Amino acid sequence: MTNQAYYTYLLRLADDNLILGQRLSEWCGHGPILEEDIALSNIALDYIGQSTNIYKQLASLSNDGRDEDAIALTRMESEYVNALMLELPNGDYAVTIARQYYYSSFYLLYLDHLKTSSDVFLSGFAEKSIKEVKYHLQHATDWMLRLGDGTPESHSRLQHAVNGLWPYLGELFNDDELDVEAANEGWGTSREALRTAWTDRLNAVFAEAGLTVPSEAWYHSGGRKGRHTEHMGFLLAEMQFLQRAFPGAKW
Amino acid sequence: MPANNKKDKRLVPHNANISVMSNSNWPLWEIFIRSKNGLAHKHAGSLHATDAKMAIENARDVYTRRMEGVSIWVVRSADIVASSPADKDFLYEPANDKVYRHPTFYEIPPEVGHM
Amino acid sequence: MENQALLERFQNYVDAENKIEAKDWMPDGYRKTLVRQIAQHAHSEVVGMLPEGNWITRAPSLRRKTILISKVQDEAGHGLYLYSACETLGVDRDTLIEELLSGKAKYSSIFNYPTVSWADIGAIGWLVDGAAIVNQVSLQRTSYGPYSRAMVRICKEESFHQRQGYEIMIALAKNGNEAQKKMAQEAFNRWWWPSLMMFGPSDAASAHSGQNMAWKIKRHGNDELRQKFVDMTVPQAEYLGLTIPDKDLKWNEATGHYDFGEIDWTEFNEVVKGNGPCNKQRLQTRNKAHDEGAWVREAAMAYARKQQERQAVSAA
Repeated sequence: MTNQAYYTYLLRLADDNLILGQRLSEWCGHGPILEEDIALSNIALDYIGQSTNIYKQLASLSNDGRDEDAIALTRMESEYVNALMLELPNGDYAVTIARQYYYSSFYLLYLDHLKTSSDVFLSGFAEKSIKEVKYHLQHATDWMLRLGDGTPESHSRLQHAVNGLWPYLGELFNDDELDVEAANEGWGTSREALRTAWTDRLNAVFAEAGLTVPSEAWYHSGGRKGRHTEHMGFLLAEMQFLQRAFPGAKW
Repeated sequence: MPANNKKDKRLVPHNANISVMSNSNWPLWEIFIRSKNGLAHKHAGSLHATDAKMAIENARDVYTRRMEGVSIWVVRSADIVASSPADKDFLYEPANDKVYRHPTFYEIPPEVGHM
Repeated sequence: MENQALLERFQNYVDAENKIEAKDWMPDGYRKTLVRQIAQHAHSEVVGMLPEGNWITRAPSLRRKTILISKVQDEAGHGLYLYSACETLGVDRDTLIEELLSGKAKYSSIFNYPTVSWADIGAIGWLVDGAAIVNQVSLQRTSYGPYSRAMVRICKEESFHQRQGYEIMIALAKNGNEAQKKMAQEAFNRWWWPSLMMFGPSDAASAHSGQNMAWKIKRHGNDELRQKFVDMTVPQAEYLGLTIPDKDLKWNEATGHYDFGEIDWTEFNEVVKGNGPCNKQRLQTRNKAHDEGAWVREAAMAYARKQQERQAVSAA
């Protein structure tokens, strides 16, 4: 493996978690009920915590004087390599839950494979993060059932949400040359290989929730190459504001 | 009976039948946490949830954010049967006539040591 | 007409430092005061999430972002504990929240001030949480058991809130660049006086103080707690190199306390009446979250009912 390949592989993982954590943290203080506000904040904290661990690792790898905050908060938009689905606005609670379900059901399988990575950092990271993500998936699944099988309104909102996010799923499962290299060399894992197990679980949950599984095959991509949606610029404008306004300041 | 002011409509019995309340009001649950093995479950507080599963999950987020527990019990507040201080003297005159139930009632010579 | 003998026995019981529990007999006035005070306290925690939440997405580092989310999350938890304490008195949370959202119930006026810079997050943690802790430590000894227990839990969890705020202020005012120092001083200027107002009107002018002290709902007077806060905070401000925006503030050798200037109660009263910079905004935000969450709460309840019916059918 080249240093560049390993670095980029970690960066994708970190950016996925940071951007989703940033989105979820927008709910803090605005959730549908206090108990749920607290639960969502916990999940946001987990994602940001996981991304922080990786950015710290990246800082020690690159050894160019940039710390985890410089990496996380001062890059240009085109240098972020997260999946597009994670940067989309939260929408209503159904959209947030649908995304949580899609992502955490993918991510749990992904981490489960990463546990056997030949790279000590990645296997350790997976081992540690799995405990958190199991809970995220349980939370998301419970809410998929509640909203899918709740009231006519919640059902229709959730169906709308799962349909709307569907074209962003392909990117999560797409193996590009880097994923192939990492999987072949045993320090990463194939995303495509997770699809069957992921679909089986999805079919079961959708059936119980009374949801129709979308069938469209075409999907959006570009996040891994730094080509983002229009929403990303605003997300970064907020997230980077202080780092940009006061370059080099300590907080 | 608690001295509820009947004119104040907000004051409802604690065991109000939740199912007749409005569609979105979630029932109240009491949460008990065992902080570590070897200790009894202790009342931690309460929260709202639609069912037992959600109550346990919410309890995890609300009452064990700082690793306070290894086991959680939840029970609907409406299902708790409590003794009622019907006799107002209950509160003010604890059963202090049965002093023979307390260790200090018995005199042990000091040379016997701690017992 | 309440039995005079009962009232006297209640008073004696409270005087002997006993706690009152939910099902114990209590005077109507005691119950009403508690419901009002605990609900106000709960509302303050929940509305208090908003000014700080305003900076979560803009926090300047990953560490600060994480700390701020967990702090605002704690406030949701504290609101929840306090609503629960209030519910032991027979008022359900949904009713209390309706009263907040309709504008009928009050909450601490301090949260009607805006957080305009990152330094406000430091100043809130240090000053607002600092003032709240002085009050809450005192309330751990309140005579109503569920309220007292909620306070014990809250004080335990809040111990980090003030420290994280002060740490932000150190980074800005002591170790920061000129722009950060300026930001810190400006935030301090904005939050100093409102923090002093948090303790409420002078005891002489306070409508409820006397009876609440007698029932030991309140354990210390507003002025005493305010003085304690000033005495604690002035040296902390000096350490940071901040100038206290009060020309009358000086150490009084004779009393062993700091003397400080007259509080502008006109401003305080205006904010209480709803004319603070953010009163309307805060309530609108809470109403929006509540309204947009209604279908979610209904769906969860509908699902739970269906599940219950299914279980009943399969058991039959």
